[in-house]
Amino acid sequence: MELREFEMLRLRAMHEWQEMHLKPFVTVGTATCARSVGALETLDAVKDFIARHGLDCGVFEVGCMGLCYAEPIMGVSVPGAPTVFYGKVGVEEACEILEQHLLRGKPVAEYALGTVGEGSVDGIQNLFESQFFRKQVRRVLSRCGFVEPTNLSHYIATGGYEGLLKALSMEPTQIIEELKKSGLRGRGGAGFPTGLKWELARKAVGDEKYIVCNGAEGDIGAFMDRLIMESDPYSVIEGMTIAGLAVGAKRGYIYIRAEYELAFHILERAVSIATQHGLLGKDILGTGLQFEIELFKAAGMYICGEETALMNSMEGRRGIPRLRPPFPTQSGFKGMPTVVNNVKTLANVPLILHNGASWFSSIGTEKSKGTTVLSLSGCIERYGVVEVPMGITLREVIYEIGGGIADGKKLKAVQTGGPLGGIIPEWMIDIALDYETMRDAGSPLGSGGIIAFDDHACMVDVARAFSEFAKKESCGYCIPCRLGTAQIFQILDEIAKGQGKEGDLDLLISIGEAMKVSCFCAFGQNVPNIVLATIKHFQSEYEEHIRNGRCTVS
Amino acid sequence: MDERLSEILSSFQGKQEELIPILQRIQAEFGYLPSEALLKVAEFVNIPEAHVYGVASFYEQFRLKPVGKNVCKICKSAICQMHGASRLLEEAKKHLRIEEGNTSPDLKWTLETTECMGMCAVAPCVVVNGRVFGKVTPQKLIQLLGAKEGES
Repeated sequence: MELREFEMLRLRAMHEWQEMHLKPFVTVGTATCARSVGALETLDAVKDFIARHGLDCGVFEVGCMGLCYAEPIMGVSVPGAPTVFYGKVGVEEACEILEQHLLRGKPVAEYALGTVGEGSVDGIQNLFESQFFRKQVRRVLSRCGFVEPTNLSHYIATGGYEGLLKALSMEPTQIIEELKKSGLRGRGGAGFPTGLKWELARKAVGDEKYIVCNGAEGDIGAFMDRLIMESDPYSVIEGMTIAGLAVGAKRGYIYIRAEYELAFHILERAVSIATQHGLLGKDILGTGLQFEIELFKAAGMYICGEETALMNSMEGRRGIPRLRPPFPTQSGFKGMPTVVNNVKTLANVPLILHNGASWFSSIGTEKSKGTTVLSLSGCIERYGVVEVPMGITLREVIYEIGGGIADGKKLKAVQTGGPLGGIIPEWMIDIALDYETMRDAGSPLGSGGIIAFDDHACMVDVARAFSEFAKKESCGYCIPCRLGTAQIFQILDEIAKGQGKEGDLDLLISIGEAMKVSCFCAFGQNVPNIVLATIKHFQSEYEEHIRNGRCTVS
Repeated sequence: MDERLSEILSSFQGKQEELIPILQRIQAEFGYLPSEALLKVAEFVNIPEAHVYGVASFYEQFRLKPVGKNVCKICKSAICQMHGASRLLEEAKKHLRIEEGNTSPDLKWTLETTECMGMCAVAPCVVVNGRVFGKVTPQKLIQLLGAKEGES
């Protein structure tokens, strides 16, 4: 199906994209991580430099490519040569690099991370052949850090909206069939098959149906959803629109956590631009199909990332989870069939429609298809956000992509899956990262947060910090969670202070086990995991704290 | 206050699903949720006052007490703690002479802690008046607190 209206958008986008590359331009990544270490100051310096020298040179604010360790990042592009990306570019470095590269035509190898595009530059490697990128497969993240996030032309010129175009030529059931064939599973952590979820909502009866994008990312150590929302907002919007067509929903909501202000503003702007161009609204690209998106700013509380709590909060109630069944696909927002999908899940959807189900499932494992987006933090040398094929080993991620443990220390353990996840001790580092393997190891992949702890990290302190989080974030609705999280924290706090007692470990285990079977929702059932895992793998450390009243690790 | 409040309410329809956005607007205007405002909201949305209070007291974002002119939030997540967040909190308490969760008597500063802000890549992170700062050292924190103090 070729839509005239879209054809015009595509022509304009290609034209703008080509024009942009006809003269020199500089990009500065200005996502939240970058801003927090001075990217806006770098941006000002770049603009100032260009004005001062009267250069005919574009300046683009781009998102984040995931090399958080190297922020602020600046790219310099001169026609006929590949773009060179530079890392840790403060105000002084920016001026020095622009002086050399823009004015004298000499790229500065000293600050360079790598080149992107055809051709090579002496002494600077190709960015995608660098250690950080070599093992990555960038699908969802392909635009992040390379385009202006809210620039619709940049999105379309790089293949954006081709998925929606394809979907518009298909029957809703065909879209769902394609999704099911692809094997895409929920990237928020539960891993529920996305196509099946859509099918259930499609078949459910309701006057209205809703698509909700869950952008309430709150896992400790997870920041990839923020990166995607800030760097490639249209991919989420396009994914939601396709979901709307498939399910028969006319309205979608993006639920964004309160702290993600920049993501909120960027998505708000992108929704408004997409609406202006007929990509959202009452008559999408003249097809008569309707889908509109509203943003909902959350008010805090980790539990609101749980889909039923999320919907309670959207309805103006306390964010406590609901009893399931009925599942949201039957009775969700305002009692209507509702699909709640994670940011990453939705960002995968346009790619599947555009490239086909078999393209998507060509990488990954038997049951976990496609890629997984991970955020690396803690003691990793090259921390940031990466996208890797499902089934890659944790060792490859930490040692090859992440460059190992910072300051030459040794790895002790890895925390995965956020506060409801678990702990992988160092000896299990060759484990494959996919839903099944990780779940069986007691440390689910979850939303994709990977936190590395080095041999100076006290695991009692780690467990204590996570249990403090659990105590604070328990919604208080069911008693085992409300009391259990408080008791676990109190015992761990005493052990950490050297006031632990014999029998404390047995007590922790019995409280944890009781919570697993008696708590109302997945939060209470899973928050004891980290405590139980640290006791299982690092019991001697606990015993040392209890017997000798001190910690010999940190 | 009545006038400003009426103006805010007039931009909503009074549906229950608007409750959180309404409270957010009120807090943006007054810095916190005054109890008289909660009563007015209950009337406007036509739900029990206890429900409004229940929602206002549930969510982390909402404050029921006046807030300082400047707000410093320190992330207390496991990762930020690994990178020295506890030390930052101690420094902030000492410097501002207030406890965590409190506001100075002259209403200049409020000191809060927060759960993971997703800024783990640049831990430890601190938010001063809505602006996020990464890789904060104790010296940098004092500088941030001092600069704001000078401005006020």
